[in-house]
Amino acid sequence: MAQAVSITVNGTAYTKEVEPRLLLAHFLREELGLTGTNVGCDTSQCGACTVLMDGVAVKSCTVLAVQADGSTVTTIEGLASDGKLHPVQNAFWEKHGLQCGFCTPGMIITVVDLLNNNPHPTDEEIRHGLDGNLCRCTGYQNIVEAVKYAAEAMPA
Amino acid sequence: MSTKTFGASIKRKEDPRLITGEAKYLDDVQLPGLTYAAILRSPYAHAKIKSIKTDKAAKHPGVLAVFTGQDFKELPALPCAWQADAGRIKNNLNTPRVLEIDRVTHTGMGVAVVVADDRYTAEDALNLIEVDYEPLPVVVDAEKTTFPGAPQLHENAPNNICFDWSCGDADGANKGLSDADVVVKARLVNQRLIPNPMEPRGCIAQYMPASEEYTVWMTSQDPHIMRLLMTAFVFGIPETKMRVIAPQVGGGFGTKIFLYPEYCLMVALARKVGKPVKWMETRRENYVATTHGRDHVTDIEIGAKRDGSITALKVKTFANLGGILSTIGPGIPTTLYGRLLSGAYKIPHIYCNVIGTYTNTGMVDAYRGAGRPEATYVVERAVDLVAAELKMDPTEVRRKNFIQPGDFPYAPADNILAGLKYDSGDYDKALKKGLEMVGYESFRKEQAAARKQGRYLGIGFSTYIEMCGAAPSAWIGVSPTGQGWGAAMWESANVRVHLTGKVIVTIGTQSHGQGHETTMAQIVAEELGVPLDDVTVQLGDTLGTPFGYGTYASRSAAVGGTAVFNSTQKIKEKAKRLAAHMLEAAPEDMTYEDGKAFVKGSPDKAKTIQEIAGAAALAYSLPAGMEPFLDDVTYYDPPECTYPFGTHICVVEVDKDTGEVKVLRYLSVDDVGKKINPMIVDGQIHGGIAQGVAQALWEGAVYDENGQLTSGSLMDYAVPKAGFFPNFELGSTETPSPNNPLGVKGVGETGTIASTPAVVNAVMDALSPFGIRNLDMPLTPEKVWRAMQSAK
Repeated sequence: MAQAVSITVNGTAYTKEVEPRLLLAHFLREELGLTGTNVGCDTSQCGACTVLMDGVAVKSCTVLAVQADGSTVTTIEGLASDGKLHPVQNAFWEKHGLQCGFCTPGMIITVVDLLNNNPHPTDEEIRHGLDGNLCRCTGYQNIVEAVKYAAEAMPA
Repeated sequence: MSTKTFGASIKRKEDPRLITGEAKYLDDVQLPGLTYAAILRSPYAHAKIKSIKTDKAAKHPGVLAVFTGQDFKELPALPCAWQADAGRIKNNLNTPRVLEIDRVTHTGMGVAVVVADDRYTAEDALNLIEVDYEPLPVVVDAEKTTFPGAPQLHENAPNNICFDWSCGDADGANKGLSDADVVVKARLVNQRLIPNPMEPRGCIAQYMPASEEYTVWMTSQDPHIMRLLMTAFVFGIPETKMRVIAPQVGGGFGTKIFLYPEYCLMVALARKVGKPVKWMETRRENYVATTHGRDHVTDIEIGAKRDGSITALKVKTFANLGGILSTIGPGIPTTLYGRLLSGAYKIPHIYCNVIGTYTNTGMVDAYRGAGRPEATYVVERAVDLVAAELKMDPTEVRRKNFIQPGDFPYAPADNILAGLKYDSGDYDKALKKGLEMVGYESFRKEQAAARKQGRYLGIGFSTYIEMCGAAPSAWIGVSPTGQGWGAAMWESANVRVHLTGKVIVTIGTQSHGQGHETTMAQIVAEELGVPLDDVTVQLGDTLGTPFGYGTYASRSAAVGGTAVFNSTQKIKEKAKRLAAHMLEAAPEDMTYEDGKAFVKGSPDKAKTIQEIAGAAALAYSLPAGMEPFLDDVTYYDPPECTYPFGTHICVVEVDKDTGEVKVLRYLSVDDVGKKINPMIVDGQIHGGIAQGVAQALWEGAVYDENGQLTSGSLMDYAVPKAGFFPNFELGSTETPSPNNPLGVKGVGETGTIASTPAVVNAVMDALSPFGIRNLDMPLTPEKVWRAMQSAK
């Protein structure tokens, strides 16, 4: 039943035998111990589990680990490099873009993807870009501020 | 060196772990030998459990054990920790068991549990359990459940009534109404909401047989209370045999205050299975098994003179408590609701009667604001209805009735606040500021011009008050005149300055997003004059923190913050005495400023707090009778609550073709007293406004006639998204609370409490050309469109 998958996560190559039904979110959390990726729902609404798969934001609760075979995945743990926060991480800290922090890893990954595609979004484009990520604490306002701050800080 | 940290918008100390994925939430906790539980839940809203067959599930590979309610018969039903007016009126109590045995009274109640090696296997095995139910008739409506012929849920609760509670003066209110020039009657429905913290609930329990000790990890806002309730009221073991840890908690909004069946079940399983057991709630479970909020059906009568002065308010509310009681369910629609019905106004006569009822729906308990949003909705809608009836400007009616700055401390009429008094305020100042911010006069012109073009703009106000900083223990507790809360409500702090000069603060409150690790540290850094980085705040673990009642009711700053502050004052006193000894000066000549104790007038003759802490810790030379170490514990019982206030203003446009409501502007002027960290305060207000606006326009739990929750997932229940809101425009005034040395009032719930009626009032203002005065929330496009069609 088990199937072998090879997935590169945050720069490290892993080969594991997994059940075909195993979700990528659970592969990351339970097989690799990368618990920064949170699971907040069971209907792909909340976006807390968002990761980059081959550079594109996906909800890892809606991807099977076997579908990710051969891909490169970046999780929240892989964003900072050489002890330096990614500009989007730093922006969330600077602008108080988080409270309880549970949606934050998925939110940050989504914003990385958003800014990759649109380095200088308008407020409306930002709010539209966050459509797949729910936050219950912030009312989104400081998340929007954080995205704008990150956009300024990032090389276009 | 100035160490001005109190009042500064300092970045949060807790954030680095949260933005990097380093934080450990409940589901991130791993233990050797950890097993996983999955719970079989009732698909019926009301049914007898005739039999449960578990043998197939028990034989499923990977399954360790399967249990039903019969296996936990010896455990009592869970405690109800807040009976309405406990000891004075009867509460017909019915609370859940760890697993139900004979009967279920709402969908989602647990009837069996599987423990397996992994969570996929546990979920698989649930499908192999066979339960034979006998469905029973169902009732879901808060009021209709009391009607003759309604299905009866509990033998001890005739007509499904849990309690019949009242406050104020019925005769006075009737007289006030008869003295009025106009009396407005209305039915106001405050619909049921589903709180939806982004992290669902979860629990891990571990039992160590040799020491007979339990360690329990829980998504909790109040780990000390959880331990108290579980050990003393459910398991009958010494409180000292259990340690409860709340790890990083991903939001709560009230839902994580309570003792739920699943937590006790994990504790029982850990012992039965002999291995640590984890249960992590799925979102769908969260919808049916975690508490809901609001769900009031209210009839009001409000009387006023022609000049707008209110003569009386009479309120009758049916409060839906669900199929069975949550931990403090009865306290929310009574003390925290009826007692706040004077709002910001000098209402001469008030009477409120609340019937708490059982229905075949999920448990209802505190949700952000907890009673106070429901009270504010009643008062602020009532004031607008008076304005509409008298054809007065809604701001004028408010001004006519405001409690004035000279009236404080103010006791609302008919002793409805049961002996407490509003602390301080200037309600008109906040309203004036809001009117300037929104440009009221020019808006009214714009509105009139728009109407001529067939566009419907509206503006709505909410000049709210609320009550934070709960609470004086004798007032809220089960004392003869108390409110029936089954314990106390003081708060605790321990401040220790270590040999190295670094400060560790442990507190009895618990952060689940509020930022205690930063704000409590700001209080300490300010008072002791140490760098903020030198202060570490530890919380959320019964091991190593003093007993505290936890975080809810916007109490952490006013009550817990004061405990922290008081400890710093006592530490400074000791530091001055020790410094005097070190400097060979007289203790009474010493003063303390900016992290140094020195002889008054000679700041060069000083010892730093770090030097003093080192001397105190080493204890080589202390004044006679002085104990080593700078360490103080405070248990602080507040003398009064605190009463934030302000003005919220919403501007909407209603699309006449679709009924869609668009929020064009949202403004708030909040007075929360002194602010420890304005950035965090604004964040709390943003989030609160979002939840309150969402109640007005989008959110609502829907049960069908069979008691099925048809809004039972994030696909079906409208948790708002980023694109739903404009940028909120925040202003503030600052009226320090005289009731605590920090001058703080509290801010966790103000946004939610204030905003809902402002939005509804705005929509009613927009619809006033149609003669529409009242619609029930949520104001969905269909509802608004239908109302406009039938008004044409």
